[in-house]
Amino acid sequence: MSVKTLTINGELISARAGDTILQAAKDNGIYIPTLCHLEGLSDIGACRMCMVEVEGINKLLSACVTEVAEGMVVATNTEKLKEYRRMNMELIFAEGNHTCAVCVANSNCELQDTAVAVGMEHTRFSYRFPDRGVDLSHPQFGIDRNRCILCTRCVRVCDEIEGAHVWDIANRGEEAEIVSGLNQPWGEVDACTACGKCVNACPTGAISYKGSSVAVMQRDRGRIPFLAAAREKQQWTR
Amino acid sequence: MSQKILIDPVTRIGGHGKISINLDAAGEVERAQFHVSEYRGFEKFCEGRPMWELAGITARICGICPVSHLLASSKTVEKIMGVQIPSAGKKLRRLINSAQIVQSHALSFFHLSSPDFFLGWDYDPAKRNIFGLMANDPEIARAGIRLRQFGQKIIEFLAGRKIHSAGIVPGGMEFPLTEEARQWILDRLPEEIETTRKTIAIFKKVLDKYPEEANIFGNFPTLYMGLVGEDNVWENYEGKIRVTDSEGNIIADDLNEDNYQDFIGEAVEPGTYLKYPYYKPWGYPKGDYRVGPLARLNICSRMGTIKADRELLEYRDRAGVVATSSFYFHYARLVEILASLERIEQLLDDSEILSTRIRATAGINNLEGVGVSEAPRGILFHHYKVDENGAIAKVNLIIATGQNNLSMNKTVTQVAKHYIRGNDIPEEIINRIEASIRAFDPCLGCTTHATGQMPLHIQLLSSEGEIVNEIWRD
Repeated sequence: MSVKTLTINGELISARAGDTILQAAKDNGIYIPTLCHLEGLSDIGACRMCMVEVEGINKLLSACVTEVAEGMVVATNTEKLKEYRRMNMELIFAEGNHTCAVCVANSNCELQDTAVAVGMEHTRFSYRFPDRGVDLSHPQFGIDRNRCILCTRCVRVCDEIEGAHVWDIANRGEEAEIVSGLNQPWGEVDACTACGKCVNACPTGAISYKGSSVAVMQRDRGRIPFLAAAREKQQWTR
Repeated sequence: MSQKILIDPVTRIGGHGKISINLDAAGEVERAQFHVSEYRGFEKFCEGRPMWELAGITARICGICPVSHLLASSKTVEKIMGVQIPSAGKKLRRLINSAQIVQSHALSFFHLSSPDFFLGWDYDPAKRNIFGLMANDPEIARAGIRLRQFGQKIIEFLAGRKIHSAGIVPGGMEFPLTEEARQWILDRLPEEIETTRKTIAIFKKVLDKYPEEANIFGNFPTLYMGLVGEDNVWENYEGKIRVTDSEGNIIADDLNEDNYQDFIGEAVEPGTYLKYPYYKPWGYPKGDYRVGPLARLNICSRMGTIKADRELLEYRDRAGVVATSSFYFHYARLVEILASLERIEQLLDDSEILSTRIRATAGINNLEGVGVSEAPRGILFHHYKVDENGAIAKVNLIIATGQNNLSMNKTVTQVAKHYIRGNDIPEEIINRIEASIRAFDPCLGCTTHATGQMPLHIQLLSSEGEIVNEIWRD
């Protein structure tokens, strides 16, 4: 296994070749905010929260999809990055209907926690109040697309871990939304095994157990890397 | 030329409202109206939401009585689920609703109304508030604030937070009671019972001192509606709905909330977002009924606890077997605090109270449900229709303050007629008009499913509708 040495925030660190900047930072206790990244799943750089600056490159790079390189000089927490992350977060909030006060995931929400972590206190953009609808047709679970941030964790976990591929993204731009099956009600999608992995993967209150009331939604995200490791390395203990 | 006086906004009540008083050509009060000038639209935006979220959403209607909405909403959804909640869950709900009555009544009595009683109607308006009371009589102000805190603390123990808590859920309760919390409540109880008894003794002196106010603040016959428990005992969680009249006759009994539309009609008047519910068999406006502490004490035969029953005897001795004056709302509130404290004590001694079997689960077994609870301000109805997946199709909420609307209007008319002569209104008269509304402890945030604070504005209007005199107060 070859090793790469690089600098993150002035600190000299070593990482495995092929690791992402996010992985290297994490292994060395350096926090980079993320939303679409979930341990055990592939990374796609959708949410742009993990943007970092790399010396010699004139644009911001997503730490979750950029591999480390020898001699790389990375900054994760500059004023510019802080401002961009905060603005990115404000845009995410303005785009959907994120009303924490009456959300099932209140107090157990990665979006909420990350907004706090990046110092978002309010949004400078006007809310768009989209009407994206709620699908409660599945007997055990429900999806409220108003709370969806299009991280696609549900799409990836269903495809990569469960192998059912129930979820996809339909449409483009502001019309983009998560759909089940061939844009059918979730309850009518034969492919769904009702395994609940998407419920555990969702970072917000978008996908939840039916019957959840405000602020009671708890998720077990540790199951997903466990299943991924088990599948790959034939290790069946958690 | 006839004139109209407008009090806008009314102070020391929950929400935004105003009072308009019409004077005839001779300068005599013709009629007065209480208007609520807010709108929120909860019934509309709840449509499409999963029914399990409604408790948390409707709780946001009010920061004073979220527990009432949590209970009514959960009970409604349980009708849709078709479940009976575990008996320990029900006991915890009774405990939390008793705590809520204590905290809400303490707020109404001490923070909002007592400055009038303890400092006087004519006291400097800048100091006629809870802060003036603290300066003047720190002991009673402190005791009142601690009484409210006690109720709030129990709510926090049982439901996770003092305000807008998440612990009351469709199917029962989310968190069990801990032994530590039980002990804390038991340790504090004697102090709060003592505070309530002392306050009742002081209030009796207030009644002796202000017989005029006690007699003309909304004193008229109406119907009374509320829940009664087994053996006609005072009830705040579940029971049968009873309607009585001012002679004490039972007009209707054993009414079921499922059929509320058969016995409650809602009329609409211009100039206010507050509807006018009435007892349907008697028609509008004859079917005027009052709800809340006054009604609950009028419809029950006893409180069901020793100290409160003793007080109820004296209450009836002073107010009559049926209390018709709305001023007695205050007194009734204090008797209810005492009864709630005693009930809390009884519930804490129940062997089942620490049980962890407190929540039932079920799917969607009915497409419609009506839930009822006794909020501090009176009987509260939630009515939902859902689709087969549990998404809300229709919501109707009938709130306590709304049900007192007809009586509140009669009350301001009565008080205005008694005090107002001509278009020059002294401050202490304005305060009495406001106080007559305050006796109902109206929560306008709830009634219009709207929110805000409530300063006061009086307008005097001519018969042509022109404003001839206007008084504003922040």
